[in-house]
Amino acid sequence: MPLLKSGKEVDDIWAFVEDGHELSPGGCMSVSLARFLSEHDVLLARNEAIGVRLQPNEDPGLLAPHLEHLHLIEVAFPKYTDGRGYSQAQLLRRRYGYKGEVRAIGHVLHDQLGLMVRAGIDAMVFESERAEAIYAEAVGELSEVYQASADGRDTAFVKRHQKSGEPKPGEKVS
Amino acid sequence: MYRYDEFDETIVRDRAKQFRGQVERRLSGELKEENFKPLRLQNGIYLQLHAYMLRVAIPYGQLSPVKLRQLAMIADTYDKGYGHFTTRQNIQYNWVALAEMPDVLDDLADVEMHAIQTSGNCIRNTTSDHLAGANADEIEDPRPWCEIIRQWSTFHPEFAHLPRKFKIAVTASPVDRAAVRVHDIGLQMMRNAAGEIGFEVIVGGGLGRSPYVGVTIREWVSKQDLLSYLEANMRVYNRHGRRDNKYKARIKILVNELGPDEYRRQVDEEFAAQNAWEKVILPQAEVERIAAYFASPEFETKPAVSDVLEAATKADPAFARWRKNNLRPHRVAGYASVHIALKQQGVAPGDATSDQMRAVADITERYALGDVRVAHEQDLVLPHVKLDDVPAVYAALKSVELASSNAGMASDIITCPGLDYCNLANARSISVSNEIQAVFADPVFEDEVGTLHINVSGCINACGHHHVGHIGVLGVDKKGEEFYQILFGGRADEKATIGSIAGPGLRHEEVAPAIRRVIEKYLSVRTAKTEKFIDTFARVGDSPFKEALYASA
Repeated sequence: MPLLKSGKEVDDIWAFVEDGHELSPGGCMSVSLARFLSEHDVLLARNEAIGVRLQPNEDPGLLAPHLEHLHLIEVAFPKYTDGRGYSQAQLLRRRYGYKGEVRAIGHVLHDQLGLMVRAGIDAMVFESERAEAIYAEAVGELSEVYQASADGRDTAFVKRHQKSGEPKPGEKVS
Repeated sequence: MYRYDEFDETIVRDRAKQFRGQVERRLSGELKEENFKPLRLQNGIYLQLHAYMLRVAIPYGQLSPVKLRQLAMIADTYDKGYGHFTTRQNIQYNWVALAEMPDVLDDLADVEMHAIQTSGNCIRNTTSDHLAGANADEIEDPRPWCEIIRQWSTFHPEFAHLPRKFKIAVTASPVDRAAVRVHDIGLQMMRNAAGEIGFEVIVGGGLGRSPYVGVTIREWVSKQDLLSYLEANMRVYNRHGRRDNKYKARIKILVNELGPDEYRRQVDEEFAAQNAWEKVILPQAEVERIAAYFASPEFETKPAVSDVLEAATKADPAFARWRKNNLRPHRVAGYASVHIALKQQGVAPGDATSDQMRAVADITERYALGDVRVAHEQDLVLPHVKLDDVPAVYAALKSVELASSNAGMASDIITCPGLDYCNLANARSISVSNEIQAVFADPVFEDEVGTLHINVSGCINACGHHHVGHIGVLGVDKKGEEFYQILFGGRADEKATIGSIAGPGLRHEEVAPAIRRVIEKYLSVRTAKTEKFIDTFARVGDSPFKEALYASA
C-alpha cells in the first residue's frame, strides 16, 4: 500500500507490532496505546523511533506527557464515516502541540483527504495508482476556508479584515 | 439579507466544481454508490422511492425575489414544475436526474445558494424564527448569529462525519417560533443579570424514534464564547456519541445516557482546556460586517390603523377572515407580517408551483421590501408588509391560489412527504392530512376551533413532527396495512412537550372522523372560546379526548 507523506509517495519504514509480540532490536516500531502506556520506559530506552497506534475510542490526551519522544501517531479510520480520528488529530496538533507524523490508516478515500489534511493528518496509507495526483487535487479543492484548523490556514473571517503587512489576528502562538 | 463576498462565493463555487467531479466519477463507475452516498448526502441528494431528491438550503429561511425566481426556474428546468418547502426551512425537489445535479448547484451558486450539508451526518442548515427582525418580542435580530454559525459549520474539517445529523436552531424571542427545544442544539438569545445579550444553550432535543425535549446545558454563553462553546459540544459528541447503532447516535441519546450533569461536565472540561489559539473568536469588525447585512429596513412612519385595510375588511368577509388568521403583528406601527399558508385543500402541504413562486417573488418585490421567509410550518411568510398594501397582497396571492386563510389553524397541518415519495415511510401522510383538512373545510367551524396544531408523519422518523403537534398523527405499518396512531398534548414552542400516544392505531379512513369527534369534545368541554385546545388539554387531561377518539361513530 502506498504511503503518502505531505502528498508525496514514500517508503514506509514503520512496522506495527501486535500486543504480546516482541519488538525487533532495530527499526521504527509502533505499538498500541495500552502497551505504550504500560511499557514506555522500556520502549523509549530502545533508542529507536517509536510510534503509537490510536483506536478511535482512545484518548490522545493520555499521550500528552510523552509526545516529544514520539515520532509517529497512527489514527485509525475503521470506516471512513467514523469521524473520531479528526478530533484526535486536532487534539494532538492544536491542544498538545505534537509535531511528529500523524498518519491515517484504515479506510482512507479520495474524498476524505482534504479533511484529513485540514485536521493535521500529514500522512496516510492511500491505495491508488494516482495517489499523489489525487492528493494534490483533493487538497486544493477548497481554496478558502472558514475554520481555523491544524493546517494553519487563514480563515475567511480573518482574511476579510486583514491589511497586508499586519500581523494576523488569531495566528497560532505556541 | 446577507450577501456573499469573494470568500463565500469561492467556497460555494469550489464545492459545486468538486461535486461535479464526484458525480462524473460516480457515473463512470470509478466511485461506487457505497462511497458516493455520503458525498451526495452532504450535497443534499437523497435516493428516494422513485428518483433522486435534492434538498436546497435556505439559511434561516430567508429568501429574496431573485432567489425565489431561481428556485422556480430550477423547478421548471430540472423538475416537474414544483418544489416542497420543508420544516427545516429548506426546499426539496423530487425529480432531478443525478447527471443534472451539478448544473443545479451551479444555478444555485449564481444566486448565492447551495445544498451544502442539507443531509448527511454533519451540521445541517441553521434554522431560526421566520419573524426574525419583524416581531416585537425579540431582544435582537438572531439572523447575524445564524449566518455566523452557517459559515463556521460549512465544511468544518472536524465535524463532517459525526455519529449522526446535527441540527441547530436559534431564536431571540421568548415566544419560540423556531422549536429550539427540539433541536440537537437550540440557542435562545437572552440577557444575563448584567443585561448583556448572549445565548442559553439547550442540548439534546429532537424527535424521531426517541423524542426528547432538550436540556439547558448552559444558562448563558456570551457572544464572544459562542462558537468556542459550540465546538466543545461538537467535539464531545463527535468523540463520544454512539456509532454502534444509528438509532441511538443522535446527541439526545448521549445526553440522556450520560445524564445532563455529566454531559455538561465533559463539555465544560473541554471548553476550559481550549488553548487561546483554539478559541473561535471572530474579529469584532467581522461580527459587525455580518450584522450590517441585517440592519433594519427603512420603514415609513404610518398610523397604527390603516383606513385602506379597514375598508377592505368591511367590504369582504373572506378577506376579513384571511386577515384575522394570517396576519401577525409587526414591531413597527402600520406594518404586519403576512403568512402564506401552503396548505390549500387537496395539495401536498408545503408544495408550491413555479408559477406560485414567481408570483410570491413579484409580491415580495412590490410590497414586502424584498424579504420572504420559509416558516417551519412549511409555509411562506412576508415579514414586512405595509398595512395599506395588505389588501393588494391578498388579491395577488388569491390569483395564484395562495390565499388560504388557515395560518396557524387546524388545517395548517405540518405533513411529511410520506409513502408517496419517501423510502423510509410506512404509510401515506399527504392523503390522511388532506382528509383531516376536509374536517375543517367550513371556515366558520375552523374559526370556532381556533388555534390548533395538527402534525402528521408517515413513520417514526417523525419528519412531520407528530410528537409536538397539539394533535399528532403517526403512520405505522401493521402487517402490510397502514394504521395511524394519534398523540395528544405535544407542543414545539417555549413550553415544548412531547405528546403521548392515545392508544391503538386507526385505519386510514377512520382518522378524520375520529379527529372530528375529538374536536367536538373539545368544543363541549372548553371553558371559553379563548381556551385553546392545548390549554383545555392541560386542564382536563387526555381521558375525554381518548374516549372521543375511540367512540364508534
